[in-house]
Amino acid sequence: MKDNTRAKAFFAIPYISWLAVFVIVPIALLVYQSLTNAQGNLTLANFHEFITSDVYLPMAFNSVFYALIITAITFVISFPAAYVLSRLKHRQLWLMLIILPTWINVLLKTYAFLGLLSKSGLINQLFATLGFGTHNLLFNHVSFIFVAVYLELPFMLLPIYNSINEIDPDILKASRDLGAKPVNTLTQLVFPLSINGIKSGIQAVFIPSLSLFMLTTLIGGNKVMTLGSAIELHFIVTQNWHMGSTIAIVLIFAMAVTMYFTRERGKRK
Amino acid sequence: MDKKVLPVIEFKNVGLSFDNNEILKNVSFEIEAGQFYTLLGPSGSGKSTILNLISGQLSADAGEILFDGKVINNIPAESRRVNTVFQNYALFPNMTVFDNVAFGPKLKKMPKDKIKAKVREMLALVKLEAFENRAIQELSGGQKQRVAIARALANEPDVLLLDEPLSALDYKLRKQMQSELRAIQKRLGITFIFVTHDQEEALAMSDWIFIMNDGKIQQNGTPVDIYDEPINHFVADFIGESNIVNGVMKQDYLVSFVNKDFENLDAGMKPNEPVEVVLRPEDLDLVPVEQGKLIVTIADQSFRGDFYEITAIDDDQNEWKVQATNPSTVGARVGLDFGPEDIHVMRFNESEDDFDARIESYEGE
Repeated sequence: MKDNTRAKAFFAIPYISWLAVFVIVPIALLVYQSLTNAQGNLTLANFHEFITSDVYLPMAFNSVFYALIITAITFVISFPAAYVLSRLKHRQLWLMLIILPTWINVLLKTYAFLGLLSKSGLINQLFATLGFGTHNLLFNHVSFIFVAVYLELPFMLLPIYNSINEIDPDILKASRDLGAKPVNTLTQLVFPLSINGIKSGIQAVFIPSLSLFMLTTLIGGNKVMTLGSAIELHFIVTQNWHMGSTIAIVLIFAMAVTMYFTRERGKRK
Repeated sequence: MDKKVLPVIEFKNVGLSFDNNEILKNVSFEIEAGQFYTLLGPSGSGKSTILNLISGQLSADAGEILFDGKVINNIPAESRRVNTVFQNYALFPNMTVFDNVAFGPKLKKMPKDKIKAKVREMLALVKLEAFENRAIQELSGGQKQRVAIARALANEPDVLLLDEPLSALDYKLRKQMQSELRAIQKRLGITFIFVTHDQEEALAMSDWIFIMNDGKIQQNGTPVDIYDEPINHFVADFIGESNIVNGVMKQDYLVSFVNKDFENLDAGMKPNEPVEVVLRPEDLDLVPVEQGKLIVTIADQSFRGDFYEITAIDDDQNEWKVQATNPSTVGARVGLDFGPEDIHVMRFNESEDDFDARIESYEGE
C-alpha cells in the first residue's frame, strides 16, 4: 500500500516539475509584476488604470466581442457539418481532410492567406479577370475574422463530431419512429446529447480567440486591437511589463470564467 | 384465421439486397389486425429486416408493401402508423420517463392535459406509475423495457413492432414480460409483430408464427401447427427438440426407416419416395426390450428438472433423444415405443403451398 503511493508519487515527478516551472512560476511572476510598479513597490495602480483608462476596458470588450463572433461562426459551421459528417460512409477520410490543415504551422497558414488575399493575390486576380476590379481584402475586421475562423474551425468541429458520433443510432431511429422530423430530432436529441462536445468546442475556440495577437497584426493590420495584441505591445514595444502582466491576469481570469461556464456537468438528475 | 378480412399489412414479392447480398428473397405474406404475430428465426434470417421495412427505416428494392390496402413503399417512417420497441430500448437519456413517453404525443401537438393523461395511462399499463420523474439512468433493465413499450404505445399505433425486446432480460423477468406483453396486446386489441430467435418465446406468445431462414419464410402457422407439422428439416430442427432420420415412403401410410417399416398417418407422396422422418423426444417412450419398436442402448442421461433428457443409440448407430419422466440407467438396453401419430414425414424441398395441398388431398378422403 505504502509502496504503491510512493510509486505514484515517483511517476508524478515529471508532471509536477513541468507544472511548477512552466505554469505556477510564470503565473506567480505575472501576479507579482501586475501588483508592482516601476519602482518595485506593491500597488493596485495597474488594475486601477485598467478599469479607469478609456483604452483597456473597450479593448477587453473588443476581445470578447471578436472571440464571440469567431466562436459563433465556427459553431454555426461545425454543428451541421459534424452532424452530416457522422452519417457519411467514408467519414474517416472526410475527418482526415479536416484534421490535416491543423498539422501545418499556424504562421505558415497565415502567410498563405496574406498571399491569397493580397492586392496581387489569387483572389484579386480572379476578381480582375471577371471584371470586378481589385479590392483591399486584407487588414480589416472581416479578413481577421475570416482567417481566425478558418484556423479554429477544426477545434470546434472535432469535439462536436465525437459527441454526435457517440449517440446510439437507435436513438435517432426511435425518434423518427415516434414521428419526429429531422429538425425535431436535431433540436430535441442530437443537440442536447452532444452538449458536452459543444462546450469543449466553445472552450477550444473562445479561449484562444481572446488572446489572438499575431493575426491582429498580420491579417487585421492592427485595425483590431485585442487584449492579446495589447499584451504583446506592452511586453515588446513599450516595455511596460507591469501593465502587460495586469492585462494577462485579466485574461486568465476571463478564461477561468469561460471554463467555469462551459464545464462538463454530471449526468442530469 | 378468416382470410376474408382485409389484412392490415401485406408484403407482395418483397426483396432487399445489401452489396449484392440478398437479405430478403421474394417474400409475400399477410398480417391481420388484432393478432399477435411472431417472426422467428436465427440471426441473419431476415426477420429484423422485415420489421425495418414495415417501420420504414429500410426501403425495399423490389415488391410492394401495403398498409390498410395502400402501398406505403414511399411513405417516410415518421408518417407510418406503426411504432417500434427496440432491442436495446433506445430510450432518450436526456429526458425523464415522462418526457420519453410524451415524446410522440408532443410531436402530434396534443393539448398538454391530454398528453399528461396519455402518459399516465401508458405508464399504468406497464405498471410504472410512480416512475414519471425518474431519469432513464436510474432504471433497471426491466423498467427500461417497460418505458420503451409505453413510449411506443403512447402514439396509438395500429401495429406495434417489437424487435427482440426481451433478449436482454434474465429468465424470470423474461417469462413475466412475455405474459404481460400478451395481456397488453389482448387488452389493446392492436396488432403486435414480435421478432425473436427464441422458439420457446414464440410458441408461448404467438397467435401466428412466421419461421424465417435464409431471407425466406420457411413456414407459417399457429404454434401448434408448426410444432406438429414442420414442413422441412430446418423448421423441425429449429422448433423444439427433434429426432430426424432419413426414410422411404413405401406407399401411403407406410414409411420405412432404420430398416423397418412403420404404419403412419402421412400420404400423397410418390411410391418409394425418399423422405425425412421426425420423431419428437417427448413422443418416445422407454419400454422393455420385447415391447419396443426399436432396440436402443442408453448412452447418456441428464436431469432437466421436470424431465430426464436421455440419449440412446440404436443398432445402426442412430442417436435418439428421449424425454422421460423416470430415470434410466446408462448402458441399459431398452425398447423405444411410439405410435403411428408420432411419426411425422417431411418431403425434400416441398413448398408450403404444396404441403397444404397434399394434406388437404388425403385428409379430405
